[in-house]
Amino acid sequence: MARAITTQKKIMWTVLSWGIGLLIFFPIMWTFLTSFKTEAAAISDPPVWFFFDWTLENYSAVLERSNYPLALMNSIVIALGSTLLGIIIAVPAAWAMAFVPGKRTKDVLLWMLSTKMLPAVGVLYPLVLIAKYFGVMDSRILLVVILMLINLPIIVWMLYTYFREIPGEILEAARMDGANLKNEIIYVLTPMALPGIASTILLNIILAWNEAFWTIILTTVNAAPLTKFIASFSAPEGLFYAKLSAASIMAIAPILIMGWFSQKQLVRGLTFGAVK
Amino acid sequence: MGRITLDKVQKKFGEVEVIPPLDLTIEDGEFVVFVGPSGCGKSTLLRLIAGLEDVTSGEIRIDGSPATNLPPAKRGLAMVFQSYALYPHMSVRKNIAFPMKMAGMDQAEQERRIAKAAEALNLTDYLDRRPGQLSGGQRQRVAIGRAIVREPAAFLFDEPLSNLDAALRVGMRMEISELHAKLQTTMVYVTHDQVEAMTMADKIVVLRAGHIEQVGSPLELYHSPRNTFVASFIGSPKMNLLTGDIARSHDATTIGIRPEHLDVVESEGTFVGRVGVSEHLGSDTFFHVHIPQMEEPMTVRAGGEVGLRHGDTIHLHPQADKIHRFDDRGLRVA
Amino acid sequence: MATEHSRSSARLMIAPAVFVLLVWMLVPLIMTLYFSFADYRPLRATFETWIGFDNYASFLTSSSFLSSIGTTLWMVGSILLITILGGVLLALLLDRPMFGQGIVRILVIAPFFVMPTVSALVWKNMFFNVDNGLFSYLFKFFGAQPFDFLSQLPLFSIVIIVAWQWLPFATLILLTAVQSLSSEQLEAAEMDGAPALSRFWHIILPHLSRAITVVILIQTIFLLSIFAEIFVTTNGAFGTRTLTYLVYQRVLESQNIGLGSAGGIIAVILANIVAIFLMRIVGKNLDN
Repeated sequence: MARAITTQKKIMWTVLSWGIGLLIFFPIMWTFLTSFKTEAAAISDPPVWFFFDWTLENYSAVLERSNYPLALMNSIVIALGSTLLGIIIAVPAAWAMAFVPGKRTKDVLLWMLSTKMLPAVGVLYPLVLIAKYFGVMDSRILLVVILMLINLPIIVWMLYTYFREIPGEILEAARMDGANLKNEIIYVLTPMALPGIASTILLNIILAWNEAFWTIILTTVNAAPLTKFIASFSAPEGLFYAKLSAASIMAIAPILIMGWFSQKQLVRGLTFGAVK
Repeated sequence: MGRITLDKVQKKFGEVEVIPPLDLTIEDGEFVVFVGPSGCGKSTLLRLIAGLEDVTSGEIRIDGSPATNLPPAKRGLAMVFQSYALYPHMSVRKNIAFPMKMAGMDQAEQERRIAKAAEALNLTDYLDRRPGQLSGGQRQRVAIGRAIVREPAAFLFDEPLSNLDAALRVGMRMEISELHAKLQTTMVYVTHDQVEAMTMADKIVVLRAGHIEQVGSPLELYHSPRNTFVASFIGSPKMNLLTGDIARSHDATTIGIRPEHLDVVESEGTFVGRVGVSEHLGSDTFFHVHIPQMEEPMTVRAGGEVGLRHGDTIHLHPQADKIHRFDDRGLRVA
Repeated sequence: MATEHSRSSARLMIAPAVFVLLVWMLVPLIMTLYFSFADYRPLRATFETWIGFDNYASFLTSSSFLSSIGTTLWMVGSILLITILGGVLLALLLDRPMFGQGIVRILVIAPFFVMPTVSALVWKNMFFNVDNGLFSYLFKFFGAQPFDFLSQLPLFSIVIIVAWQWLPFATLILLTAVQSLSSEQLEAAEMDGAPALSRFWHIILPHLSRAITVVILIQTIFLLSIFAEIFVTTNGAFGTRTLTYLVYQRVLESQNIGLGSAGGIIAVILANIVAIFLMRIVGKNLDN
């Protein structure tokens, strides 16, 4: 039972929480504000907060930079491609493990997770070598495959936990009701599994979008996604803070929004069900 | 028609034999209840009949034709699950329509049957809701609705009332009995609750560890339990089972006396003891009586207003013709 | 419900996932293992297939290895400390009744979704920069000398950046755990006369212990392979070279494949030690 709590206390907690929340959010907020300043305003001393001439010129400047649209496209292709490929491979596997569990199902699942723990540097050179051998360095397909592989265990795991929540009795009811396997999948399983599949897709797009080891190492220009593109801004001159901010906001905004929608799934996906 | 015959049906999970070879016939139109403690194999037996589990050996026949290897959908049976197993993403209407849709029945006939079932089950106002928006009793009725529209050869119920609260359970019990009286279709009903078994069944099958302990009508089981297990399982409160000298004096290893067959007398009773906890129900009073020679207290049913208190001395006298006698293997002695 | 037929089709359905992961894990790992016993320096056209454990010996005894281990431990340890302590406090705070809880939650979670290169660059330029960074303004505002974080306290600066990214993760998971604590248990403790601090110590903390362990293990695995933040800020200079970064430099910058591969194998072994503990917890959870 929730207890009645004094308004005074509630206000105190509210002020404290909002204060800390805004403090944590501040760097993003500041980047957002800076992205609308002129370069001069971006480094003005003292800093300007809200009262400056808001401008969109940084966004247009970044968009006009020859390789930004390419990087954005690469990010989209790589994030969506690797997630989609992963889903295609993972759905049957998770399905089978959830609905026809065998003696070794648990071991297989744990083994799959263990591949996720493999440090990237342990396989760094061989991958460079293999990529060069097949002539796929700096190509989208390479990153699609590699990001699919590093996220596959999480995809399988999340789908498995979602599928396992579909009660076996419902599938049995469908069979009693005369549904054959095809109808069972079309009318019962798919509609019940879709929300789980959707949140798995969402979380994995986020993970793939933000991956910043392989995307930096295995690309130069052609397949470079936003992670790599942003990294190329690392020169320290203050003259392009506003443009850096605009580029950053464009790189993180879609993911930030998706992330807010998938908070709950995040816990499930990243703790492998160990925390509920 | 719905005559179900089990012929030496056996089920093993790996090396574990859950159901040893077993014979059973369920007559057309009969209301049969499988009852037993949890883990006795009653649900497994039901699922074997449904076709949700493969039998290890033996044969199942429905209306004389072999059904052992038929998939569940082809057996013409409908099942109501413990969790109701409604499709959460479909409206009540679509849930009920699902088996007919799978059977490819024409739309008009589907509508007609849905309307009829909904009316019989008081669901007409809820047809467009999702199962999540319904109460437990309503969900239960949807599950039953989904079963009856198929006009199956037999209904299978797997502990359908165990998720309902006590008051609803009594109501649903009546509804299911009513339904049986109206449809006259075979019903096979699994429960661990002997009250449900006694109140609803034409025939009760008492199971323990996969074995059939006794098959019979509720009153047969009440009056002549075949062994001590059935004796103590059927009837509420439980039959008092006594061993030792008192049993030997009746030429038995164990004797059983139901609480309702013990009379409270003024003096010189067969048993003399001290009143322990008493449960006053108004119509009846149940006394737990501690008798010095016995480990377990005896339960006695007395009239509604017997003025005995905790610690009082009580004299009890069993009704001679109502004493059940059992031998050293626990079997009934005629 | 499982028949022989469904078993075999199940195997067929799992096969592709198992196959690709098996290839992904084994092929490059075996190659790395092979290179780790070879003297392979493409830039000098050196390739000698078997030199025994020389690479391991020189990698393990080099001063850069020892300092990289020290750096890694410092970095991972302090990030864990900040995120766990901060996470527990924040989780408890966010669990309190307040106005606009959902929005605060969103504010707190946000940094986790920022791509590592963006957060590293934003912090590096707009906060830590000695000339134009916000911290410099802040220092000046209080009359202090501006401070060059990235060259004076490079490790600390990176810890701040990464902790900022991972604090939301710890908070989110610990909040989930806090919310699963039954309030009846807390009320029972209150009835038993336990003051707030001992309720935290004897009931909330033990309840959170499992979630804390999970957060530690998962973060450790991710933090051991921190890359982009170092790459963007210091490029491994000024004592910020972690084991991961050292291996990266040996393999790709100095192109000493043999030595780097030996380092890679060592990193794999270290990560596996952490992974084993994590798998135990996850495995136990799988049973129920």
